[in-house]
Amino acid sequence: MRIDEAIAAGLAAGRPVNLSRRGLFAAAGAGLFLGLAVPVRAPRAQGSAAAALRHATKVPAYLRIAPDGKIHLQNPFVEGGQGIDTAIAQIVAEELDADPAAFVVTCAPPGEDFRVMQGGNARFTGGSFSVRSSFAHFRTLGATARAMLVEAAAARLALPAEALATEPGRVLHRESGRAIPYGELAEAAAALAPPANAPLRDPSAFRVIGARVPRLDVRAKSTGKVAYAIDVKVEGMLLAAVMHAPRAGAQPAAVTNEDALRALPGVHSVHRLPGAVAVVADTWWRAKKAVERAQVAWQALNGAVMAEDFAAAAMLGRLKAAADTPGNTAEEAGDIRVAMAGAARIIEAEYDAPYLAHAQMEPPSATARFNADGTLDVWVPNQAPDLFQASAARAAQVEPAKVRIHSPPLGGFFGRHFAYGSANAHPQAILLAKATGRPVKVIWSREEEFARDAYRPLAFATFRAGIDVAGDVTALQAAGYGEGPITRHFGPAGLGNPPVDGSIMEGLSGKPYRFPAKRVEFVPVPHPPGVNLGFWRSVGHSMNDFFFESFLDEIAAATNKDPFAFRMGLLAHSERHRALLNAVADLSGGWRRGPFGAPDGTRRARGVAMASPFGSEVATIAEVSAKDGEVVVHDLWVAIDPGRIVNPRTIEEQVQSAAAIGLSSALAEEVVFERGEVATRNFDTYQVMRRDRMPRVHVRIIESGAPMGGVGEPGTPGVPPAVANAIFALTGQRMRSLPFSRTRLSDA
Amino acid sequence: MLELNVNGTVHRIEVEGDTPLLWVLREQIGLTGTKYGCGIAQCGACTVLVDGEATRSCSLPVEAAAGRAITTIEAIEAHPVGARVVAAWVEAQAPQCGYCQSGQVMAATALLAATPKPTPADIEAAMTNICRCGTYNAVSRAIGIAAERA
Repeated sequence: MRIDEAIAAGLAAGRPVNLSRRGLFAAAGAGLFLGLAVPVRAPRAQGSAAAALRHATKVPAYLRIAPDGKIHLQNPFVEGGQGIDTAIAQIVAEELDADPAAFVVTCAPPGEDFRVMQGGNARFTGGSFSVRSSFAHFRTLGATARAMLVEAAAARLALPAEALATEPGRVLHRESGRAIPYGELAEAAAALAPPANAPLRDPSAFRVIGARVPRLDVRAKSTGKVAYAIDVKVEGMLLAAVMHAPRAGAQPAAVTNEDALRALPGVHSVHRLPGAVAVVADTWWRAKKAVERAQVAWQALNGAVMAEDFAAAAMLGRLKAAADTPGNTAEEAGDIRVAMAGAARIIEAEYDAPYLAHAQMEPPSATARFNADGTLDVWVPNQAPDLFQASAARAAQVEPAKVRIHSPPLGGFFGRHFAYGSANAHPQAILLAKATGRPVKVIWSREEEFARDAYRPLAFATFRAGIDVAGDVTALQAAGYGEGPITRHFGPAGLGNPPVDGSIMEGLSGKPYRFPAKRVEFVPVPHPPGVNLGFWRSVGHSMNDFFFESFLDEIAAATNKDPFAFRMGLLAHSERHRALLNAVADLSGGWRRGPFGAPDGTRRARGVAMASPFGSEVATIAEVSAKDGEVVVHDLWVAIDPGRIVNPRTIEEQVQSAAAIGLSSALAEEVVFERGEVATRNFDTYQVMRRDRMPRVHVRIIESGAPMGGVGEPGTPGVPPAVANAIFALTGQRMRSLPFSRTRLSDA
Repeated sequence: MLELNVNGTVHRIEVEGDTPLLWVLREQIGLTGTKYGCGIAQCGACTVLVDGEATRSCSLPVEAAAGRAITTIEAIEAHPVGARVVAAWVEAQAPQCGYCQSGQVMAATALLAATPKPTPADIEAAMTNICRCGTYNAVSRAIGIAAERA
């Protein structure tokens, strides 16, 4: 099951979704809990266009046009730099006939009206799913609102609606030249019943959709004016700093120097929380200084504490030990046994990738305020307000309807802000607000964040290829091992039958290449409950396309084929993929593998890779040299085919961003565990890519007309294998274990 | 009691002298445009100008900033170079999530105020701020635009 479908299936399974760390806190005592059970409604009839659009005429829920002409739009998706506020404004503006610059976009509160995905039943921001899941919805919404404005103008002018037209921001009667701005019509229009079948614009006449519309938030973000969750100010609030157990799963039995901490400047109180202690003070800095001095007696309550000898290498050992275990079928074509048995030779390889942190620049925070009327306000960075409403209600022990979730813009995203149980700060804020009787904002220090993120799972894959006497591939077998965030947070409902965790398998399965026989399998191996698992930009693709595309290069090398021509041959059936490969080759000035000498005297080579993530198709070429034993990436050329597009400028920027994080992950990123504790707890030890290693990134967008795919993540997975394949072309060294910093490159 | 000159206004503040300037700006003075990212002068999200120099406020004790001219992102458009930098940032559409960009804009302003026509090496030396969105190329483009208009 693909992960966007799996998330939606998990949300729509109509039974509690256990998002706790497997009952880790069940025994942590009264009032102490972080687990959340989210009752979700059963899916309604899906598949029909009407069902998919069942909230699309609820104009007043989404739009408010102010007398000054500003169009206030409530977006079901949260802005985290991916440009979704602008994209949604563009889609609505196209049909409403308005200037996108007139839009003021905020993230909508929880509620049924905003569940625009999966037949109107689900809502989350992720899986590069936002625009493609809501494109039809927002076109209809804009067209409906336009029809209401025209109707209101018709009443005011005592003219038939058919006699009226619109131009951006106003209704116009061309014959008389009379025009009324939308802002003057909005109140009357809002009182009208939304029409059921407002006409949509012919796509050939689009002027906003497909245009390089500037993002709406750029000036505010260039002048420090955007308020992120960490900036929230609430009257009378206290600030809290937390210190989690050194090894996840341990619980605070006592803070033995509590009196001394309470005597520190500004300190209000000291608290034990599930798996953590907190100090509440008048400022966060004072709270942080105090909590760092806390002496805590940690104890294990149920044996789920991280083992003292846990290390990533040990986990990789567990995955490798499963290498001969038969797995669940993720994909199958032909008879793999027969094909392998008949092969003239077999090529085999193993690949692995480490745990990764999201390392978004904004550390987690959450603010909770209980109100006199029994309601609760929570400000928290999140990708799924309904899920957070449910978990906040559970933490507060109030009805979900009494919880207002505020979703500020995210200071970095990358999959960090899903409902991850112990990796979320809002239950702590709620418990502390309850305990103190005051609004409380919890901020996690950078060190706490790196120690309690929901990590991209450490991953392992094995490959076998059967080659015939002519040197052609007759059989390809791939297996992925472990546990992904789908298994961890959604359980069997997200896996399908046979159980396959898409968040571990996508990118091993779903590749476009055709082989006479092919088998891809999933071998479940759990990670320790103390290691929380999360969705990391492009999820399974982020490691699996590296594995697969590198192995493909191994086959090409072993059979003396050019890797570009080899891929073309495996894609003879798919004009779309061949066109994409040709496009990226063209963008790079024509395919050449090298090594070759560059004008600056360096010796360079190129690698190519493909990926099919989130409904889009991507081809990537990297050019590298080696310096002081490390790779230098000079250029990345990326051709992306998302089928149909809304904003080419945003897509180019998202590909830049996705390529940067993809390269970053390949160069040096790695969460290190020592003695069961996370050792990489700040940017000095967790190495994200800095500007000195950022290559030029060249982007070409192909609008093939295929169904719309995502654009936020797809630029990521092609980068690590394109670079790895270029390294092989340059030095003959095959990177089979990420990050590259583990391997010293030989002189080219 | 400390006297702190922030954006031309003198604030009298009751705070422990070893409190980082960042947290005094954010919590005592209420200027939250300056961001907390790492607390150890690695990421640069907290960059402000102290007597015109780009400074990581998360690692500067407030007592060391007393008596000096502090400029934060909130006053950037009143700074002659800063205004040009912001205009270039908007034109290049540099920010994505935006969280690091206050620091990026401050660092670029200090660079261009001292070196109106920076070389690539100047830029590399001055712009060490981390951006997880990977806007590095757009930031370079923005600096180029701002430098062109110096």
